[in-house]
Amino acid sequence: MKVRLVVNGTPHELNLDTRTSLLDALREHLHLTGTKKGCDHGQCGACTVLVDGVRINSCLTLAVMHEGDRVTTIEGLGTPERLHPMQAAFVRHDGYQCGYCTPGQICSAIAVLDEINEGIPSHVTERLDGAPELSADELRERMTGNVCRCGAYSNIVDAISEIAGSRA
Amino acid sequence: MKFDTPATTNPIDRLKVVGQPLDRIDGPLKTTGTAPYAYERHDVVADPAYGHVVGAAIAKGRIQRMDLAAARHAPGVLAIVTAANAGTLDKGSFNTARLLGGPDIEHYHQAVALVVAESFEQARAAAELVRIDYAPEPGSFNLRAAAGSATLPHENDITGPAETHVGDFTEAFARAPVTLDETYTTPDHSHAMMEPHATLAQWDGDRLTVWTSNQMIAWANADLAKTLGLPKEKVRVVSPFIGGGFGGKLFLRADVLLAALGARAAGRPVKVALQRPLIANNTTHRPATIQRIRLGAERDGTITAIAHESLSGDLKGGGPETAVNQTRLLYAGRNRMTAMRLAVLDLPEGNAMRAPGEAPGMMALEIAMDEMAEKLGLDPVEFRIRNDTQVDPENPQRPFSSRPFIECLRLGAERFGWSARSPRPGQRREGQWLIGMAMAAAFRNNLLMKSGARVRLDKAGRVTVETDMTDIGTGSYTIIAQTAAETMGVPMEQVVVRLGDSEFPVSAGSGGQFGANNATSGVYAACVKLREEVARRLGFNSREAEFSDGEVRVGNRTIALGAAAAEGEIVAEDFIEYGDLDKTHQQSTFGAHFVEVAVDRATGEARIRRMLAVCAAGRILNPKSARSQVIGAMTMGAGAALMEELAVDTRRGFFVNHDLAGYEVPVHADVPHQEVIFLDETDPFSSPMKAKGVGELGICGVGAAVANAIYSATGVRIRDYPITLDKYLDRLPDVA
Amino acid sequence: MRSFSYERAASPAQAAEAAIHNPGAKFIAGGTNLLDLMKLQIEAPPHLIDVNGLGLDEITPTEDGGLRVGALVSNTRLAADMRIRCDYALLARALLSGASGQLRNKATTAGNLLQRTRCPYFYDTAQPCNKRQPGSGCSAIGGVSRQLGVIGTSEACIATHPSDMAVALRVLDAEVETVRADGTCRRIAMADFHLLPGDTPHIETMLEPGELITAVVLPHPVGGRHIYRKVRDRASYAFALVSIGAIVQPDGSGRVAVGGVAHKPWRVEAAESELPRGAQSVCERLLAGARPTRDNAFKITLVERTLRAVLNEARG
Repeated sequence: MKVRLVVNGTPHELNLDTRTSLLDALREHLHLTGTKKGCDHGQCGACTVLVDGVRINSCLTLAVMHEGDRVTTIEGLGTPERLHPMQAAFVRHDGYQCGYCTPGQICSAIAVLDEINEGIPSHVTERLDGAPELSADELRERMTGNVCRCGAYSNIVDAISEIAGSRA
Repeated sequence: MKFDTPATTNPIDRLKVVGQPLDRIDGPLKTTGTAPYAYERHDVVADPAYGHVVGAAIAKGRIQRMDLAAARHAPGVLAIVTAANAGTLDKGSFNTARLLGGPDIEHYHQAVALVVAESFEQARAAAELVRIDYAPEPGSFNLRAAAGSATLPHENDITGPAETHVGDFTEAFARAPVTLDETYTTPDHSHAMMEPHATLAQWDGDRLTVWTSNQMIAWANADLAKTLGLPKEKVRVVSPFIGGGFGGKLFLRADVLLAALGARAAGRPVKVALQRPLIANNTTHRPATIQRIRLGAERDGTITAIAHESLSGDLKGGGPETAVNQTRLLYAGRNRMTAMRLAVLDLPEGNAMRAPGEAPGMMALEIAMDEMAEKLGLDPVEFRIRNDTQVDPENPQRPFSSRPFIECLRLGAERFGWSARSPRPGQRREGQWLIGMAMAAAFRNNLLMKSGARVRLDKAGRVTVETDMTDIGTGSYTIIAQTAAETMGVPMEQVVVRLGDSEFPVSAGSGGQFGANNATSGVYAACVKLREEVARRLGFNSREAEFSDGEVRVGNRTIALGAAAAEGEIVAEDFIEYGDLDKTHQQSTFGAHFVEVAVDRATGEARIRRMLAVCAAGRILNPKSARSQVIGAMTMGAGAALMEELAVDTRRGFFVNHDLAGYEVPVHADVPHQEVIFLDETDPFSSPMKAKGVGELGICGVGAAVANAIYSATGVRIRDYPITLDKYLDRLPDVA
Repeated sequence: MRSFSYERAASPAQAAEAAIHNPGAKFIAGGTNLLDLMKLQIEAPPHLIDVNGLGLDEITPTEDGGLRVGALVSNTRLAADMRIRCDYALLARALLSGASGQLRNKATTAGNLLQRTRCPYFYDTAQPCNKRQPGSGCSAIGGVSRQLGVIGTSEACIATHPSDMAVALRVLDAEVETVRADGTCRRIAMADFHLLPGDTPHIETMLEPGELITAVVLPHPVGGRHIYRKVRDRASYAFALVSIGAIVQPDGSGRVAVGGVAHKPWRVEAAESELPRGAQSVCERLLAGARPTRDNAFKITLVERTLRAVLNEARG
């Protein structure tokens, strides 16, 4: 089945098996392997990408359901030579170890700051009738769908906090 | 280079690069998603076929009949590999169960078939069409029930002695005025690394290349060759980036073998990633333990009798979880004994996971020490200080090479605000939360392993290091570059590090927290050889030559380093090997964990609020990446304390919660800001680097610190991990 | 995952009709649970009807002062809607306690209601499971059952419903609005929507084949203190051991439902009259007839203690 995706600003027309997940379309068909497959079942967050600016698990959605959608992957944020500020902060704070969850963490981190900015509450937001704070606890709760078995969490939160602080 | 006398001053001591908290050099690749992992090698193989693994649906028994017809005729299917058509296969020397099962099944989800198809979707769908009739057999799945049949494990270098006896434990324990005799349990744990075991295999005639995810290239190389009946030289193993291992990728696993067999059967390259729901049962895990600890002490807190017995299980031919390791070395006491027993279980294969032995052993011993301190009316920090030893307590003429254990304890207590702790549990409350503060010791041995490297110098003065050492997230790339930069006197930018390829010299590999110290020592040895060759070519006396700032200097003569390679690249290769400094001296790493937890008074939910580790591990090669190793280990230890357990169905013989939703590991919300302090020390007995391992020290003891903190918060002592609320809910104070 | 054909539906009625013409077809919206199960071939629909383009993603006021939440409103958007946050805080809290940010962005209101159980034996196709394969037996009974049901269970199944949102909707007396293949619409009370397992644990809701959820209707706000308390081993991104959704009025009266204990959100209206007398009295009636396993007997204590804390919080 044909599907058109705009990935990191580049339009692609793919002919895919209906069963192909967005994740496998990226990794196996477009060779954009920065988005990782950790569990393929929505349990780890390594496959997090932004679709029309919203973070989702790309393993739990079919590519054919994204006709015309704009997908941003880790490759669309920065390159080793020109890191996105969030990527640079992860390097500075050593917010990664094996690197396998890292692209998902970074995509999620960028979306998390947008979500707080838009006033979307979280489980730890004290008052639902106001705007959520930009606290470490808020970041931890919101990042919780990105599992890091190496245990870089403390550094990841430091990295995101630095970027959040510079934006504020 | 043979290291058989303690290190004196050497080029590493300049510490211009080594010892600096540099950003890791693999960071830009990993944070941009451009570091290629095994399943992603579109750069080396254009059009691989896809393999999907079929796991056994029973724990023990036989395959009676396999019907492959429907799968074979499914769209896109290229080949199906089973034990019946794979030809004669040997078993790797590090494997207990065969990696391709059938007709006999040794454990649940043992691989029994690989379906190879043009696409991932086709392979997955066709795998569902494989029909297998099994004849299940009863098995032994319950460690506690198998205790009676447990035997002494076979002794070898890895397991150590099955039993140790010093003095007369029984007598001393009977006489001791204060005693403790308790049993602790730890469950089976899953490595649960984020990257599934994955391999891309390609044959070129009778030569096989596998791009895989493996911590120990030489072991994988040897065991893959052995299993396939090939000479090692015909097999190449490549693993430059590894998405986590923690011991789960120490060995050849089914993905490698099946990808190789699948590629041979399909006549084209094949890639295989173990499906996440298979990993817990198909691969190895940390075995559960039942540990009995007895302590006897004088009223002043002097331990006079210490015994630690541990029972674990494994498949026939497997080994024990050596949970008594640390008890042989950590505390003084004239009368001591340790003993291990091994039961045969038909559960999946047990094997090493981060700090095998010490991780579960310290979870038990350090609760026991907390309990004993309370019985003695002593502060737990003071109790440990009082029982420090500077010599191997089983062999007192053998000193520790370095043991600043007391400094770790004191510094940690000071930094954590230990003096604010109430010695009586259940005293501190903040709103709905019961607050507890506790500590535990950290201890893990330092292991010396031969490790080789090759270094190349080109005329631009660039140094390239090649070794089969791996970087599993540990920082190997960076500390190896730091070592080469320091030794050769060049900036980091002038060093290229190439890892994880069996065409490179054999290194220590990544495991047992032995990677950093040994691999950098091997690189140092090769660099020293390169310096000698550079000096020779430049007509310098290598002893007098000073390598720094990209130049070589003798007296007032200075030549650019690259000039030595003007006529062509210089290549030097060497390895570090060790004399008996680890026999004459006990080499270990030490630390202290301090933890504060909050327990919800109503629901019993335990949440960690603060964590501090103080570590003494010789020279810290890169404080930034070393700290990351410690916080990561603390996180895994917190998981072991609070949530991690492979739940065994003792009727059907398998781990039931075999995915990342069922097997809970800590998430962001579970982990507070973590503090790590490294003592400023060097250990000249360990290596020319004067460093020791640190990647596993952080997990040793931290689980017990959490357990002790829950006790401090609630007054309820739980000795069965994980410490989940169901185990103490009914003993919490009533909710008004 | 078996091969399937795929279509994008143009209207709710057409979607329902397409389902009738394609036996075994499934609607797909967020897909976060359906695709998970299809990958394991626990679900194997031959045809998927993508309902994302149906415009059912509005939250609109109803005539009687309530809200009509379109079936396709994502969990994130629903929890972030200021009307929900102010007037139905229980629902916002329940949603935010579930899954992860990524999943909530994709998961829909209707899909959340239709989540299937997280019983590990249901998820393992090598194990007998009456829900997955009717008549094959229940391997959870006598097996690892710490997470599983304690009340309303049967000899055939002890699974729980995993949704947090559904617990809140049950407390709020929400109704599920549907369209059937013949174009007729109906509303199903949350109380009736999910079924107990009985002898047919594979039948989980009142929905008929091809019936499509179009909206969830919230009645007029009822005021009071809204509390959703989810208890779990890890701090987030985990299914509930138990959860309690409660609305407590200043006079101590109120409503309460429990998650993580049964095949549906567990609410016993008769027990609510006991609320002013405290958690123990409520639980005696709420959990009367509970049949926990050895592994999950703690849930009985946990529900009572958690409810006590909830009632304290409501008073405080």
